[in-house]
Amino acid sequence: MSEIALPSRERAVARTSSAEATPRFYLTHEHHPESGTLFGFWLYLMSDCLVFACLFAVYAVLGRNYAGGPTGAELFELPLVAVNTSLLLLSSITYGFAMLEMQRDRLRTTLFWLAVTGLLGAGFIGIELHEFANLIHEGAGPQRSAFLSSFFTLVGTHGLHVTFGIVWLVTLMVQSAKHGLIPENRRRLMCLSMFWHFLDVVWVGVFTFVYLMGVLP
Amino acid sequence: MSELTSNLMGRLTWDAIPYNEPILLWTFVAVALGGVGILAAVTYFRAWGVLWRDWITSIDHKKIGIMYIILGLVMLLRGFSDAIMMRAQQVLSFGNSMGFLPPHHYDQVFTAHGVIMIFFVAMPLVTGLMNFVVPLQIGARDVAFPFLNNFSFWMTAFGAGLVMMSLFVGEFARTGWLAYPPLSGILYSPDAGVDYYIWSLQIAGVGTLLSGINLIATIVKMRAPGMTLMKMPVFTWTALCTNVLIVAAFPVLTAVLALLSLDRYAGTDFFTNELGGNAMMYVNLIWIWGHPEVYILILPAFGVFSEVVSTFSGKRLFGYASMVYATIVITILSYLVWLHHFFTMGSGASVNAFFGITTMIISIPTGAKIFNWLFTMYRGRIRFEVPMLWTIGFMITFVIGGMTGVLLAVPPADFVLHNSLFLVAHFHNVIIGGVLFGMFAGINYWFPKAFGYKLDPFWGKCSFWLWVSGFWFAFMPLYVLGLMGVTRRLSHFDDPSLRIWFEIAAFGAGLIFLGIMSLIIQLVVSYRNRASLRDTTGDPWDGRTLEWSTSSPPPAYNFAFTPVVHDNDTWADMKKNGYVRPQRGFIPIHMPKNTGAGFIIAALSALGGFAMIWHMWLVACVALATMLTAVIVHTFNYKRDFHIPAEEVVRVEGIRTRMLASHV
Amino acid sequence: MSVGGGVVQYPDAGGAGHGHADAHGAGAVHFTLRGYVTGFLAAVTLTAIPFWLVMGRTFGSSGITAAVILAFAAVQIVVHMVYFLHMSPKSEGGWNLLALLFTVMLVVIALSGSLWVMYHLNHNMMPESMQNMHNMP
Repeated sequence: MSEIALPSRERAVARTSSAEATPRFYLTHEHHPESGTLFGFWLYLMSDCLVFACLFAVYAVLGRNYAGGPTGAELFELPLVAVNTSLLLLSSITYGFAMLEMQRDRLRTTLFWLAVTGLLGAGFIGIELHEFANLIHEGAGPQRSAFLSSFFTLVGTHGLHVTFGIVWLVTLMVQSAKHGLIPENRRRLMCLSMFWHFLDVVWVGVFTFVYLMGVLP
Repeated sequence: MSELTSNLMGRLTWDAIPYNEPILLWTFVAVALGGVGILAAVTYFRAWGVLWRDWITSIDHKKIGIMYIILGLVMLLRGFSDAIMMRAQQVLSFGNSMGFLPPHHYDQVFTAHGVIMIFFVAMPLVTGLMNFVVPLQIGARDVAFPFLNNFSFWMTAFGAGLVMMSLFVGEFARTGWLAYPPLSGILYSPDAGVDYYIWSLQIAGVGTLLSGINLIATIVKMRAPGMTLMKMPVFTWTALCTNVLIVAAFPVLTAVLALLSLDRYAGTDFFTNELGGNAMMYVNLIWIWGHPEVYILILPAFGVFSEVVSTFSGKRLFGYASMVYATIVITILSYLVWLHHFFTMGSGASVNAFFGITTMIISIPTGAKIFNWLFTMYRGRIRFEVPMLWTIGFMITFVIGGMTGVLLAVPPADFVLHNSLFLVAHFHNVIIGGVLFGMFAGINYWFPKAFGYKLDPFWGKCSFWLWVSGFWFAFMPLYVLGLMGVTRRLSHFDDPSLRIWFEIAAFGAGLIFLGIMSLIIQLVVSYRNRASLRDTTGDPWDGRTLEWSTSSPPPAYNFAFTPVVHDNDTWADMKKNGYVRPQRGFIPIHMPKNTGAGFIIAALSALGGFAMIWHMWLVACVALATMLTAVIVHTFNYKRDFHIPAEEVVRVEGIRTRMLASHV
Repeated sequence: MSVGGGVVQYPDAGGAGHGHADAHGAGAVHFTLRGYVTGFLAAVTLTAIPFWLVMGRTFGSSGITAAVILAFAAVQIVVHMVYFLHMSPKSEGGWNLLALLFTVMLVVIALSGSLWVMYHLNHNMMPESMQNMHNMP
């Protein structure tokens, strides 16, 4: 491959518009636009954000339609939610540690922190499944009322995202172990980092709007 | 054993095949014969390899764009046959005659017509045009994520395939194109129709969303050096805004359809009549998607008209900056008007007034655009080529549609006209007169770029005049009928005095049929006369933007050297200021590699969708698991690019040099 | 389709030779331990206080509590955006922030609009007696 130094866009233009009689209309070297991956992934997250916005809107509109069934105040166990929230917050900082290690080119510690993150995520999913099982066991399943339908769907969609995040995390761990911290893998880890922290942001909305506000008298 | 069968086959039985419906049977026979014919032809010409290597697995944005447009045109035939059946039914079904379509079939026909025309005709045409044109206009080699582009196309195509399958296996929804609950709920629509609706839209929706992200990233990241935002061609601007709308609106559709499917599959109570559900929430949410969708379709058409008007008037576009700002204002305002689709739902005066006023405001930037086009034409040397004819037809037709829209935006008027044929006439007025005319203008304009020869102008003009007059005959009577109080979606009428208007409308539909035929003849004739219609220069219309600076059809790499932009009519500027085409010094070009992964993953998701429609749980699980595995396996492929060697570039550019020399 | 990074890397997914440009592009944001720890501590505090407010029934009025915890949530979201998602006016040449602000605007429109529209609808179309019936089993 003929490797050419990559001048920035600005420099290329400056060179071409120098005081020549006819302006230059093309570059004679290979042009490398910046990678759009991180920006594209950010756009995907924004679209995902709107999916959650819809689910929040549905919860906001239907969340008080108990249909004679149990209310949030009767069902939600805040201590459990607090534990779950702390697991997710911890997994954020451990993912951050993984990114710091990646920045220092240390594969083994990167993988270690990724594993810790994955385990914390799995713990979060475990507790959530436990909570769901309890609710269904008490007869407060998603079919019981519009409130419970929207509760299960909103919280469950978040949980589903975390689950996909864990699958993705394992995939990336395998790929990083296999190929090392090559640019492609770094970029993928950056994308997953955004995904993971984005789920945190959604969870902030969930615990505030659904759980905390749900138990207010 | 029986449990295994039910997990494998779900509720799909031989009864789902409508062999006792003669219309469907004959359609099936025709489709089957046509399909076998095509397969035989591909085999006879030994084209399978070419088809797979050069098209199905292609990540070239130009080929994907062309495939989108072919999909759109094929589905147009299906959607139009639904239309002509409705027109015929409404003419025949008066008094004692019940027409030829029983109500349960008629209801499927109008639902399928709406769904297909919006999702599988207008959307593929728009996406296809953007895919083909945008990278060329911004001087890029491909889109930002070429693999995703291929995947998006196949998701759209397989979504369309599911809708087509509903013709012959089971039935389609009988709910109208937006499938309002509770009618679309499990109680009132227990059969597979609504499930076909849900899964085909979900699968196609993923494709649309990803292609939206892709094109935004392309426009933001891959513009040629020097092309600042305010130097982008107007079509690229409208494409950017449209894709922003796609990324911002389609998630809402995905979410609301997911909720509807939960109601149907899992027994939740979002939109049911009992246990606290609220069907109006569905209507509210789906229009939060639905209104931006309208602008998703029309903005690229506005972009096409802007390019066509300035090219064929031989002038710079009048009011470039105001055009850009008008587009941005429309983008934002389109999120503030959704309630005007259900003024009659019963919200109070303050809500209706707010949404009525925002709706009226949106006509201001649109009106500004019309004036910009008129002022571009003013004192221009106008060439009445086919794309320009479509543009003029659009301006006249669309303004009428826009004005009836402003009329409908007045809540008290809407209370009278809601769900009437007046509304049907209005949205056909803007969608045919705006979107479809725009797409035809665009196809006629960029066809020589895509295939290297112009479309035959005689048949193009036939198509234009038949379409335009057919449109006026077909839809003006519906305005009249709507004002007389006739509601939409009726399959039978008692009052014989209405009949004459339906007869005029049916005559118009007949003209449109001839217009479509002319389009097909135009394609065939142009192909046969391609030698005399050949575009040797790459610039058949004396164009103004970058796509006309390369050859027709463009080489795989689009531009041998990345262009540098100094002006917003880049190519016009290059021609004026002594651009000399480079003929030496070529270097290898870095390109993405073809892959079959997109096709395979999309096919698996269509299989999963089909299994979900028929409750084949086992098949659905296997399809989902295989699809996830395929995605993961695909990510293990790190070798996704290659270099086109310099010698190849020299060879291709040499051909172009000889082609240009042959043209004197 | 988020699994396995279905997002493809072109144009600079090239051979090792492109590594430098790549690392530069991807690593434009420099992470620091300090940033992560600051963000984490702020997030923990901003989470703990609302839980304490609600579980300890600190305010008498539900309305005040709701307003306060929503404010905390808003601040916490900003903290996450800045310290974990490294959002700054400069990331991706400002396009990330633009996309975010646009999305926030749409979220606000969709949420508040839906609530307003549906509240009005219930108010107009469902008299009090029916409203109660609506909540019956």
